[in-house]
Amino acid sequence: MSLIGALQYIFQYQFMQHAFEAGTIIAIVAGIMGYLVVLRKTSFAAHAYAEIGFAGAAGSVLLGINPLIGLLSASTVSGLGIAVLGNRASHRDVEIGTILAFALGLGLLFISLYTGYATEAYSILFGEILGISASNVLLTLVVSLIILVAAAFVYRPILFASLDEDVAEAKGMHVLLLGGIFMILLAASVSIAIQVTGVLLIFALMVTPAATAIRLTKKPAYAILISTLIALGATWSGLLIAFYEPYPVSFFIVTIVFAIYLIVRFVRPRM
Amino acid sequence: MGPKRQEGTDTGEIVTARRLAVGYKDKMVWHDANFGIERGEFVAVIGPNGAGKTTLFRMLLGLQKPSGGDLTVFGSKPSRGDSRIGYVPQRHAIDNETNIECVELVHLAYGGGRWGFNLSTRREKDAAMSALKAVGAEDLAHKSLASLSGGELQRVFLAEALVSNPEMLLLDEPLSNLDIRRAIELVEVIGDVVKERKVTAFLVAHDINPLMRYIDKVMYMANGKVATGTPEEVLTSKNLSALYGARVEVLRDSRGHIIIHSRYGGEEVHEEAYHVI
Ligand SMILES: Nc1ncnc2c1ncn2[C@@H]1O[C@H](COP(=O)(O)OP(=O)(O)OP(=O)(O)O)[C@@H](O)[C@H]1O
Ligand SMILES: [Mg+2]
Repeated sequence: MSLIGALQYIFQYQFMQHAFEAGTIIAIVAGIMGYLVVLRKTSFAAHAYAEIGFAGAAGSVLLGINPLIGLLSASTVSGLGIAVLGNRASHRDVEIGTILAFALGLGLLFISLYTGYATEAYSILFGEILGISASNVLLTLVVSLIILVAAAFVYRPILFASLDEDVAEAKGMHVLLLGGIFMILLAASVSIAIQVTGVLLIFALMVTPAATAIRLTKKPAYAILISTLIALGATWSGLLIAFYEPYPVSFFIVTIVFAIYLIVRFVRPRM
Repeated sequence: MGPKRQEGTDTGEIVTARRLAVGYKDKMVWHDANFGIERGEFVAVIGPNGAGKTTLFRMLLGLQKPSGGDLTVFGSKPSRGDSRIGYVPQRHAIDNETNIECVELVHLAYGGGRWGFNLSTRREKDAAMSALKAVGAEDLAHKSLASLSGGELQRVFLAEALVSNPEMLLLDEPLSNLDIRRAIELVEVIGDVVKERKVTAFLVAHDINPLMRYIDKVMYMANGKVATGTPEEVLTSKNLSALYGARVEVLRDSRGHIIIHSRYGGEEVHEEAYHVI
């Protein structure tokens, strides 16, 4: 069967259509935001948002609300919190770790209070893009468009402030505000990406593609492009393989990005 | 002070401080500083760690308010974001993971503050290249920041400060981590730029010797006090002893090399162990 044939076959299924639509949008957002995460060294904060999102999602499952809403609100509110605390807050590993652990514990409580315990927990922790509803695809699209427009708007100042904060401040740029905006955008990006990778594999889309890309190019614009292409390629391939194989999509995605990372890291000399 | 003075008139002073004091919350850093720096002057700012050198820069940049006295820069109160000032800070976030080419950083320093999409960057790219050229770093343009040596990196930072054609340069320890040969090379580059462009420059350093050929003034900070003047005026045993409130000897060797020798709390502190200026 040719690839085209395989795709035609797969797209007969609505759940696969939805998965590809959401997966594509999410991979683009994650590929772009991931570059700034790597540059600003804020991957720990990204992970914290995922775990805080877990508590939100678990809480909304318990209340019978759409888990995506719970995810988005919990992590965005915590993003706001870190934004208010200031730029340097994103580097306070100990505080972030403390909050992260509590959020996971809270999520565990919510999940165990819910009768559908195992499956719900599993899909929030490891992703469940194959089950995404049409309305969640739409919500993902809207949130992604907001993130992308905002990111395009603040991209250059954030890039500069990430490289040379003191000069940026001296030039009259509002580095605290920029850092805060970045934190909120990151929190929202993590929330939607969790649908694909789950809480625990969030780095597969938010960190590894960008970490690979910065080894391949010295130009930020190209790095963002490469990071996005890796995230897209891994998501599409993961979905395709998962259609035929009985293993989770997020496993295939994380394996593909990791393989690319290893190849780039060890086969291609740096710079 | 009568009617508002126009910038750079009568005295030609670019920076004027009258009974200037600065501190953080409950802590005074220094006070009662009086100095006037004229257009085109090259000023070395010297003093031990924590003396308030970086704090002076933050005040000139309008990032820190004086806690007393007056400070004027270009004839008015310092204000944040003045494009006439080029700044090389002491701290940098760039490390050996920052795989971004140099020209990109200099380019961002020129237009990175603008929000929104930006496609017309030709003019900015040219400005970035000519700033790199001005510091003899055009070869580094397409090299990664992660791969540069300390001296090369400082040149790129200098280009970053020069890219918007400033009238004043604030260089915070650009010579730290450079060996003596690189330090002298960089000072030559800075000295030439200062002369050619007639910019006023402040340079923080811990060793004044590589600077001696170029500087017009020395600003010496210690013990909450600031002394400003020509090197001959400031760097005398009597002056520095008064500044520290302890016996300080200024020695010059046969080649004019300056060594400051001080005694703290009854304990002999050798110049290397303390600081050599
Ligand atoms: N943000 C701040 N809050 C409180 N105190 C500060 C702050 N920044 C600096 N200080 C204090 O002010 C004093 C002067 O600091 P400054 O950084 O200006 O010193 P410096 O002369 O540049 O020292 P170094 O040679 O180590 O760079 C120090 O005692 C420092 O602890
Ligand atoms: Mg300092």
